Amino acid sequence: MQARRKQLALALALALPGLAVAGPISDDVVKIGILTDMSGVYAGVGGKGSVIAAEMAIADFGGKVAGKPIQVVSADHQNKADIGAGKAREWFDTQGVDMINDLLNSGVGIAVQKLGAEKKRITINNGAGSTALTGKECSPYGIHYAYDTYALAKGTATALMKQGMDSWYFLQADYAFGQALQGDAAKIVQALGGKVAGTVKHPLSSTDFSSYLLQAQSSGAKVVGLANAGGDFVNAVKQAKEFGLKQTIVGLLVFDSDVKALGLNAAQGMKFTTAYSWELNPEMEAFGKKFFAKAGFMPTMDHAGVYSSTMHYLNAIKATGTDDADAVMKKMRETPVNDFFAKKGVIREDGRFVHDMYLVEVLKPSESKGQWDQLKLVATIPGEQAFKPLSASECALVKK
Amino acid sequence: MQAHDLNQTSLNVVRMADSRPNYLPWGMALAVCAAAPFFIYPVFAMELMCFALFACAFNLLLGFGGLLSFGHACFFGGAAYLSGHALKVWGLTPELGILFATAGAAVLGLLIGLVAIRRQGIYFAMVTLALAQIVFFACLQLPMTGGEDGLQGIPKGRLLGLIDLSATVSIGGQQLPLALYFFVLAITFGGYWLIWRTVNSPFGVALKAIRENEARALSLGYRVDRYKLAAFVMSAALAGLAGATKALVVGLASLTDVSWHMSGEVVLMTLLGGMGTLLGPVVGAVTVVSLHHELSSLGSWVTVTIGSIFVLCVLAFRRGIVGEIAHRLKKTF
Repeated sequence: MQARRKQLALALALALPGLAVAGPISDDVVKIGILTDMSGVYAGVGGKGSVIAAEMAIADFGGKVAGKPIQVVSADHQNKADIGAGKAREWFDTQGVDMINDLLNSGVGIAVQKLGAEKKRITINNGAGSTALTGKECSPYGIHYAYDTYALAKGTATALMKQGMDSWYFLQADYAFGQALQGDAAKIVQALGGKVAGTVKHPLSSTDFSSYLLQAQSSGAKVVGLANAGGDFVNAVKQAKEFGLKQTIVGLLVFDSDVKALGLNAAQGMKFTTAYSWELNPEMEAFGKKFFAKAGFMPTMDHAGVYSSTMHYLNAIKATGTDDADAVMKKMRETPVNDFFAKKGVIREDGRFVHDMYLVEVLKPSESKGQWDQLKLVATIPGEQAFKPLSASECALVKK
Repeated sequence: MQAHDLNQTSLNVVRMADSRPNYLPWGMALAVCAAAPFFIYPVFAMELMCFALFACAFNLLLGFGGLLSFGHACFFGGAAYLSGHALKVWGLTPELGILFATAGAAVLGLLIGLVAIRRQGIYFAMVTLALAQIVFFACLQLPMTGGEDGLQGIPKGRLLGLIDLSATVSIGGQQLPLALYFFVLAITFGGYWLIWRTVNSPFGVALKAIRENEARALSLGYRVDRYKLAAFVMSAALAGLAGATKALVVGLASLTDVSWHMSGEVVLMTLLGGMGTLLGPVVGAVTVVSLHHELSSLGSWVTVTIGSIFVLCVLAFRRGIVGEIAHRLKKTF
């Protein structure tokens, strides 16, 4: 009898912590997970900079929300969807993580967003670019914050068409991402009356672009569009420089860190679209310098997006007094974002965060005032023109 | 006393000779695994089991057949895609999906094996690597795989159309996916048992003979190529079984599982645990996957740590963890 009672007490003691969590803030702490690439090709775009951005947002918020402390946990997903999803699942199941930010890699992004929908937790994608996140894989708990490949391709293609650059030749990385990027850009060029002179596909992680560049050169097109990213992009631009390619080269997905890797000499004059760069306006500069003081490098649009979206998330918790995903998500959709990153930015029903994008040009070495001064603003692209319209969305959540 | 001891020893010898199974370790292992989800995170435990089975399947070929394949990821990852497709698009029940994927891996193993077993040593490794890369690029390009985004959102479905595998049981405030866990446990033990039976069968003995001296086995009248091919196909099918189960557990199939890194990883697991021992690959898989898991917040230190451990293993205990222990205790595991 005695033993049985002891057992019962033990069982109750084990079960109770599970019951005690029902309150406005689960587990009495708001936990934010930063799941990013810490060691691979995108570590410079996100990596520890994203953790710093989240910590900055929490410090600026005051470290507490609704009287409860805010914590950050972080992990490296190694660019593997199964590791990323496994870590996220564990965070949700055992560590009470309330929101996951950054993600940075479409495979991981989609996997974690799906998991978030299953577990009713908010996931915010800043680093990943795939439009599938707000298209056929969209989720009521997923937000795609900083940019997507459509906005980048559209911003750059539209701006150049306006300048009379109306014939294009594409170099495309031969996988789904390159195909999406090239497809979006080609459609826009053709819709605006331009001509696509041709497309050549190159395998992922190519080292020798000479034959592709020669084909681009002999096509006679005014613009050579690079529908690739990271190392492929950097190699292609460097080799185009060595070949003395006279055509305008545009990157359809360029991060500030790529420009840094190329150097102004090789990259000068190149135009691309971005969501953030510290040189663009005084507000952005203020954030950039503050971040620089902590991190030792200037933030990318991914870092800026992590800061801005974390702030928006915490503000929604403050306003609702709970970290319940449904309530917070509703509040986040209702409230426009007004900060250094976005003016009147809104989250659409498909999860797309709509804000202005910027067309920028890489400075000539003579124009640069320092090693981090590399871009200048060419044009601001209003949010409603930058992103894929809701009417063209494949998302099942969009009522048409 | 003396006589009794002798009797006991001779009894043991007889036991070893007809290798009548001793079920005690099996029972203990089963008990530990059955209790595991209550102590460690169940999804992680399931992943461990899938990798353990994968390493055991690989070890069947390397440890007992002496064939170093450097392309086993194509069976593991290929089957993950096949089961994912069968479950998601065709809506098959989980057991049928996994069976289909395992059969698919076996067919792939037959095709690759037919080409590869004609060569030995480094050439064998290179041929398997090359053919596995073809599978990798097929997975990268085929529309059904989702390219670099992977095949996402694979449903768990209902086992035999009856048991909901996505169901969880609430114990101590935690939601434990016990149905799925015990399904995976059954698959892993089934696969392991099959490997154990194979190794201890006349077929396994012939395989070991071929490993030790192929020319002599040939001269004794064994059809060496057929034995090798059979071992290759079996190893591929079991690797596929592990991959298909993993896709069910994590709910996605991605390029990670088919890339050559994974082929390297399984070599590492097997060597670290102890090649040619039955238990070694399990220990190796648990070690490597746990390290990956525990160190994932340390970034690139994962690779450095695992690399150092591997160097240490090669320098100090070349038989692997289990192999070394077995050697010290003069027993086989």
